[in-house]
Amino acid sequence: MKREPIYGMMAEFDSATALVDAARSTHQAGYKKIDAYSPFPIEGLAEQIGFHHDEVPLVVLIGGIIGGLSGYLMQYWMSAVDYPLNIGGKPYHSWPAFIVITFEMTILFAGISAVFGMLALNGLPMPYHPVFNVPRFAFASKDRFFLIVFSSDKKYDPAGTRQFLETLQPRSISEVPS
Amino acid sequence: MTEPYKTVDDGNAPVIEPGHTFGTVTEKISAIVLTRPASNGWFVGFGLAFMLTMMMLYAVGYLFVKGIGIWGVTIPIGWGFAIVNFVWWIGIGHAGTLISAILLLLRQSWRNSINRFAEAMTLFAVAAAGIFPAIHVGRPWLAYWLFPIPNTMGVWPQFRSPLMWDVFAVSTYATISALFWFIGLIPDLATLRDRSEKPALRMIYGILSFGWRGSARHWHRYETAYLLLAGLATPLVLSVHTVVSFDFAVGIVPGWHTTIFPPYFVAGAIYSGFAMVLMLAIPIRKIYGLEDFITERHLQNSAKVMLATGLIVAYGYGIEAFMGWYSGDRYDAFTLWNRLHGPYAIPYWALLICNIFIPQVLWIRKLRTTPAALFCISGVILVGMWLERFIIVVVSLHRDFLTSSWGMYYPTRWDWMTYIGTIGMFLAAMFLFVRLLPMISIFEMRTLLPEAEVKE
Repeated sequence: MKREPIYGMMAEFDSATALVDAARSTHQAGYKKIDAYSPFPIEGLAEQIGFHHDEVPLVVLIGGIIGGLSGYLMQYWMSAVDYPLNIGGKPYHSWPAFIVITFEMTILFAGISAVFGMLALNGLPMPYHPVFNVPRFAFASKDRFFLIVFSSDKKYDPAGTRQFLETLQPRSISEVPS
Repeated sequence: MTEPYKTVDDGNAPVIEPGHTFGTVTEKISAIVLTRPASNGWFVGFGLAFMLTMMMLYAVGYLFVKGIGIWGVTIPIGWGFAIVNFVWWIGIGHAGTLISAILLLLRQSWRNSINRFAEAMTLFAVAAAGIFPAIHVGRPWLAYWLFPIPNTMGVWPQFRSPLMWDVFAVSTYATISALFWFIGLIPDLATLRDRSEKPALRMIYGILSFGWRGSARHWHRYETAYLLLAGLATPLVLSVHTVVSFDFAVGIVPGWHTTIFPPYFVAGAIYSGFAMVLMLAIPIRKIYGLEDFITERHLQNSAKVMLATGLIVAYGYGIEAFMGWYSGDRYDAFTLWNRLHGPYAIPYWALLICNIFIPQVLWIRKLRTTPAALFCISGVILVGMWLERFIIVVVSLHRDFLTSSWGMYYPTRWDWMTYIGTIGMFLAAMFLFVRLLPMISIFEMRTLLPEAEVKE
């Protein structure tokens, strides 16, 4: 795949409020391929940049169902099918005794799905990313807030986008090389 | 988690002292890891803890050579220190998950400054606990039989036994705690990556942070996953000590066979866990100057949790005693008499003093806000909770139905070396943790600051 030499245009803001306002204005101005970076989660910011579908709950649900079923069926198969053992006259398929492990396996699989599903959907681990080429971006994990318009956006043009971002009164604007 | 902390004065000490900004919070916490030199005190403390760890490895190595005959376990007391210490450590671990998961769901934002090291404490406590079941089986090289692994004998574990449930509960708990701790660390590792000056450190923290960049989409999925994990960890943590208590309650031994065990074990676990959190938090906040973040409010709240769970534990003892009389079962009645007047009466009375009587001083507000007093009371509670497990395991077993099968249990030096050694291992891991990773969750602290609020 041929890479664009420029990844996007990035603006730096001072506060969470400024970032949320800027994200809203940029999205309303017709820029659809944008992203925002903050040092902590900001409620509602993802909606402002046009992110609405979070698949993590579905992944966790599927993981939990698989975990529960495999936990129960494992015990059933091992205790009642593959090697039936008479323990104190209890039935081979003594389901009340199987509930605890079924529960634990549900939690285990759902929890693992939550973590690895979140990482996979986020495309992490990703050691290299163009935004790290901007030296100021090191402050995105401290006390600065960043907004980027990707160069793949239909409306993107270097001069026009820069001009638009300047109307949002950021601290600084930088071009992001890829 | 995103709910900003109220800055109005509601009569309580604040969660963060006023005057902090995103920058100061970040610098203060990350500087402990990145720039602060390790003091002599740290080296002495870590060295001692490490020596104790080596002592444990020696004791365990000797155990593997000689077998469990070197311990004090006999028939009828087949479960000695190994199970006492296992239950004690697992219980201590509970506070971490309670703080990080249950208090998150209850929107107790004060938890944000103590959840990280409480979670680390949980991990290390579960690691210390995990040693005991593995080494107490007599033939530890066969410990993998606990897991349903296909083998040449063609047999499977016995899933109707609470001991098997325990294997699944504890290993799930260890896994979920580790994941919860690690995903909480990812954004802070990114902060350390961006703050560190040394290329090697930047490389290490960069790899560990998975290239986290704080994108709004990532945060959104991250928060969803974190919240769901908290929702999953909440029933999990309650199930773990419940299942541990089944190990006893499903047996028919007088003193074990009671329905009060699950709730009373869980309450006891949280009781001892908060005591351990305080015993760690009080010196750490002093030494690293973190009084701004771990404030009087945290100490107060932890003390209140201890008071409440301590009363539940006291109720558990009361019901045990009541049922000993009310059930009309002569063996239950004898168990109660034996605890109060038998050969182990001194540990039982010590248990009542440590767990029920002394902690009542926490009703006094002045003591709840005096770190030194809280530290001592927490120590007393930890001793008391250890004695509780000793009473449950040893005293119930040593005199059961037939006088001909009565016996006594005396721990040997190897028992003590293993037990004290695990405390050393736990402390050594904590010493390393405070130097290598941010011990307070930086990004969650940022959300507590007034400037984190988005004004419409």
